[in-house]
Amino acid sequence: MSDERTPNLPELVERGEPRSQSRRRAFDRGFLITCLAITAIAVLALGVLLGSILIEGLPGLRWSFFTEYASRDPAKAGIRAPLWGSIWVASICAIVALPIGIATAVWLEEFAPKNRITGFIRLNISNLAGVPSIVYGILGLTLFVRMFGLFGPIQAPELEIGGRLYAIYYDTMQEPIRVPAAERGVAPELKTGDIGYVQEIEETPDGDLIFTDRWTPVTLTIVPEDADAPEGYGIIEAWQAEEPADFEIERPWYYVQFPFGQSVLAGGLTLMLVVLPIVIISSQEALRAVPGSLRTGSLAMGATKWQTTRKVTLPASIPMIMTGSILAMSRAIGEAAPILVLGVALFITDTPSSLMDSFTVLPMQIYNWTSRWQEDFRALAATGIIVLLMVLLAFNAIAVLIRQKLQRPLS
Amino acid sequence: MTTSSPADAGPVVDAPARLAPYAATDQVAVIETMTTTPPAPTTDASAPAPESKVCIRAHDFNSWYGDFHALHDIALDVPTNQVTAFIGPSGCGKSTLLRWFNRMNDTIPSARAEGTLDLQGTDLLSSRYDVVDLRRRVGMVFQKPNPFPKSIFDNIAYGPRLHRSYTRSDLAELVEQSLRRAAIWDEVKDRLNQSALGLSGGQQQRLCIARAIAVGPEVLLMDEPCSALDPRSTAAIEDLIRDLRHQYTIVIVTHNMQQAARVSDRTAFFYEGRLVESDETERIFTTPAHRETEDYVSGRFG
Repeated sequence: MSDERTPNLPELVERGEPRSQSRRRAFDRGFLITCLAITAIAVLALGVLLGSILIEGLPGLRWSFFTEYASRDPAKAGIRAPLWGSIWVASICAIVALPIGIATAVWLEEFAPKNRITGFIRLNISNLAGVPSIVYGILGLTLFVRMFGLFGPIQAPELEIGGRLYAIYYDTMQEPIRVPAAERGVAPELKTGDIGYVQEIEETPDGDLIFTDRWTPVTLTIVPEDADAPEGYGIIEAWQAEEPADFEIERPWYYVQFPFGQSVLAGGLTLMLVVLPIVIISSQEALRAVPGSLRTGSLAMGATKWQTTRKVTLPASIPMIMTGSILAMSRAIGEAAPILVLGVALFITDTPSSLMDSFTVLPMQIYNWTSRWQEDFRALAATGIIVLLMVLLAFNAIAVLIRQKLQRPLS
Repeated sequence: MTTSSPADAGPVVDAPARLAPYAATDQVAVIETMTTTPPAPTTDASAPAPESKVCIRAHDFNSWYGDFHALHDIALDVPTNQVTAFIGPSGCGKSTLLRWFNRMNDTIPSARAEGTLDLQGTDLLSSRYDVVDLRRRVGMVFQKPNPFPKSIFDNIAYGPRLHRSYTRSDLAELVEQSLRRAAIWDEVKDRLNQSALGLSGGQQQRLCIARAIAVGPEVLLMDEPCSALDPRSTAAIEDLIRDLRHQYTIVIVTHNMQQAARVSDRTAFFYEGRLVESDETERIFTTPAHRETEDYVSGRFG
């Protein structure tokens, strides 16, 4: 009879075959050890990498390494041009990508209706984040460097904004004189009393005379064609005044030409394409992390959607947005492939001073040095990597500072 | 089912003041009677309707979430400067109705409503009704305290700044008065610049009430304002509600029957999307007209 009785609960509990306690503990330990080992491998690999770079690169880390341009002589070569190029490109990238990215995320999260079109946009932003950066390089090449050829070839841009055009003449001292011109190829009419600009000369500590970038105004004197025309700055013989020797554009930092060519602006915008999806996605996640109760709380007090976004949602999410954006910027600084595709020159001996100046970036320079056969250049590459890491650390430090500053009123 | 039932001067102490329907422009009289004595219980089903000015009137009101019919044919008057409690089991639609009063349901895409909801004679469901202005006039306090991650001062100053620009000293005065009105000034006056998130749950909820009244609303909607709070904080909030009712029309949703009995003048019982009964609180809790109401308030539900 007792066989047919339904077993009660304690009996049912006891029916199970007991598992070995020692085996379970052993598994527990084993799992812990495995995890530690895997972590150790990762840390070790990082340590070896950093160690070898430091050993190889540290001796080359002199002050002159930062102040010298690229050179065929490894002993003289420095990283000044790519360092400044990277800073320019990253700044342009940040200035353009952050507002566009954050604004897009705000629109998608706070304002956009949830329908098929916005769903499609969301999906494709995620897809774009996974596109290899070299593809963006090709896009940047057509879109920014060449602009589909709409404005003529790179070397002869058809549209220029913000530059000051000068016609170049030579005075009787055989020095160049700049005279403001209205249009390329059309000689301005010169007469005595007009203002021209001559290049200032400076004496180096070694006693050499060198031309500077500064130009001082002089009053022009046009003298007749004469064998013994007086020598002096600003004195131009009539026959020379008829046709300028050349035309030259002075480029303030905001000078822009179309197409952009292989300029820092084109480089920064191309990197902007690379990081934009990342900025949008991380900003979206940051906005999503803001509790809905804050939004309803604000709306319930009669705030408009924009007031709620501006004063509650964005401030609450900005630390997270900054974190994501800085990670994206770090990626931009480390990218070589898209810049390579743009076809920028490797041997740059000047730092950019306007948006249209040529440039190179740290990863490009490092890549170039590693591909040389001389041992010394490879040491330089290691030193370059140290500098690149320093720049990345600096960016992260700035991010942490901004975040803390923004977070203070919240904590 | 609605507030209007045949007037019949019963043995209610404060009936005269309450009975004079629209003559009650002298609101002080109303307030005084309310402070002195709560409405006396009456056993007569057709007892006097303690009519005062109607603040919000729902008529033929229906609401849906997608295909789900959440509220059926609601007809209800919310009297001015009284506390009205909405009670009923979860999912009965009482919060939905509350959220229509300041159109917070606009934020839910699938929510829609038909019928009329009049706020002092104007249909607030009308598409021409300015939602921003409506929400300034009809403030809301939520179930979970939701202070902004800002300083205590900025939490209170947030609403006023949305609608007007104030001088620094006026704003400081406004913040102080709001906090005083919400009975939290003494606890926070020395830490106005510290984060509101450092306050206890009960303090946060009073802060949210202070925040709501800082924009000068006429109506305060409270959606289970004490359900996340401990008994002591609950008592503080209830004291506050009793204190505020002379100045504001208050509608409170609660699951706590004792709370409804303690703080409200009138109670509306909802069940499965229908308004079963709405009457003076005393009567709902002693001699309700419907069986369901009696079962629910006595805890014999289901």
